Amino acid sequence: MTLETEIEDGLASYNFAYLDEQTKRMIRRAILKGIAIPGYQVPFASREMPMPYGWGTGGVQVTASIIGPDDTLKVIDQGADDTTNAVSIRAFFAKVADVETTTRTGEATIIQTRHRIPEEKLTEGQILVYQVPIPEPLRFLEPRETETRKMHALAEYGLMHVKLYEDIARNGHIATTYAYPVKVEGRYVMDPSPTPKFDNPKMHMSDALQLFGAGREKRIYAVPPHTNVVSLDFEDYPFEIQTFEEPCALCGAHGVYLDEVILDDRGGRMFVCSDTDFCEERRAEGHRGHLSGEAMEAAE
Amino acid sequence: MSDEPLLRVSGVSKFYGSRIGCQDVSFELWPGEVLAIVGESGSGKTTLLNCISTRLMPTAGTVSYRMRDGQFRDLYRMGEAERRFLMRTDWGFVHQNPADGLRMSVSAGANVGERLMAVGERHYGNIRETAADWLGRVEITEDRIDDQPRSFSGGMRQRLQIARNLVTGPRLVFMDEPTGGLDVSVQARLLDLLRGLVNDLGLAVVVVTHDLAVARLLSHRMMVMKDGKVVETGLTDRVLDDPRAPYTQLLVSSILQV
Repeated sequence: MTLETEIEDGLASYNFAYLDEQTKRMIRRAILKGIAIPGYQVPFASREMPMPYGWGTGGVQVTASIIGPDDTLKVIDQGADDTTNAVSIRAFFAKVADVETTTRTGEATIIQTRHRIPEEKLTEGQILVYQVPIPEPLRFLEPRETETRKMHALAEYGLMHVKLYEDIARNGHIATTYAYPVKVEGRYVMDPSPTPKFDNPKMHMSDALQLFGAGREKRIYAVPPHTNVVSLDFEDYPFEIQTFEEPCALCGAHGVYLDEVILDDRGGRMFVCSDTDFCEERRAEGHRGHLSGEAMEAAE
Repeated sequence: MSDEPLLRVSGVSKFYGSRIGCQDVSFELWPGEVLAIVGESGSGKTTLLNCISTRLMPTAGTVSYRMRDGQFRDLYRMGEAERRFLMRTDWGFVHQNPADGLRMSVSAGANVGERLMAVGERHYGNIRETAADWLGRVEITEDRIDDQPRSFSGGMRQRLQIARNLVTGPRLVFMDEPTGGLDVSVQARLLDLLRGLVNDLGLAVVVVTHDLAVARLLSHRMMVMKDGKVVETGLTDRVLDDPRAPYTQLLVSSILQV
């Protein structure tokens, strides 16, 4: 027997998608409750996963509970398909659930994400699973869990605006750029996980189901399709998303979220799409940015 | 002045196991009236204050409050949401230690504006303008509006706490030793300010203090407590100048003469 088959035989004793069936049922019940009460944080009995807290244990448990043999999984980390975390989680599910994986947003049925929403508009039937570090949007203002739960229960959200007020008083504008608080269906204030606020409008009336898992904090919440998601703001300081002066240096896309890449130690830099799949597909379609030629050469 | 009281307290008792916090306290508070509750440490003043301000559930008795629509409501029969709403709109609570009543890590302006935002104000410019106005009224200069209360002196913090409570135009304010821990000149200015505000706004106030001089300056009426029970009530000047209960006589004669 070769080493490889030994490992495979060993894995055969794992249940489909790693978690046992009772655990998956427990998590699905939490998900269903979350969907029934959009934006409400449902406590669940988070399990130890074979990865450290903070690496997406919540997202992995949600994905493991909803994935089926026919699903196609995409995993992104800050928009990229090729970073360590994304590659590892994709490989994990390819092994323990034997599912198809993809990097193409359009082909995926489940997309697990850390800190981004894909640029390509999600469609009905797709599920976006967010990895959430701190699910409580009021946490940094009110450290007591008993108190924050009461505030959610009574819809006392004045404190959230105190934070935005502080932002304006100190910086002249709302300086919160990620994890920007939203109000879901006019009721619960929710942390959209540390996605840039650029992505907040994509959550509003999305055709896809959005699930949020926080493993360490043991909370699951959800935004069902076609749900109102409004970013909090002031009448005289309305919510605004980030804008970029130049297009993507590789594919020339406008109106997308860009990453800054340092090219040398003399101040050279380029701005490229944070969503790698979106950028690749555009380049495949023949779009070119002003640095695409050089970047190709450098790569070769 | 209205012909009905604002607050009706009847038979309020609080027991901690077999120990008495306060026992069978009844009184009425009228709009615009300042009532002082005095007594030595451990006499049950603060327990009573917490019981009537919904911060502590009494063992027995009722507390009812005349809402803005003129209806009396039993505070402990209201829903929690309604009670908390009342506390941050129609009521104020000034703590002895300002750190208990302020958010120490957000600016003075946000501290004053929090109640406005809690009741739905969503215009930054208006919130800031109101906050600046209130800071001025409690003698904090406008250039401190973006500073955190941490950088304020004790007297300023206490004034900030008062502004934070009064910004929603409450009708009833509870104060627990508002001048405790301040030196005498700061105390005098704070008392002056409080007297002015209470007069201008027609506030009803329940103030707990062990300092009879504070009670004399601020209050119209006075309740003296000893061992959880009320031993004497009356107009402040009458109680202080002509104390009848033996304990009150002792208390009044204990004041140090300068």
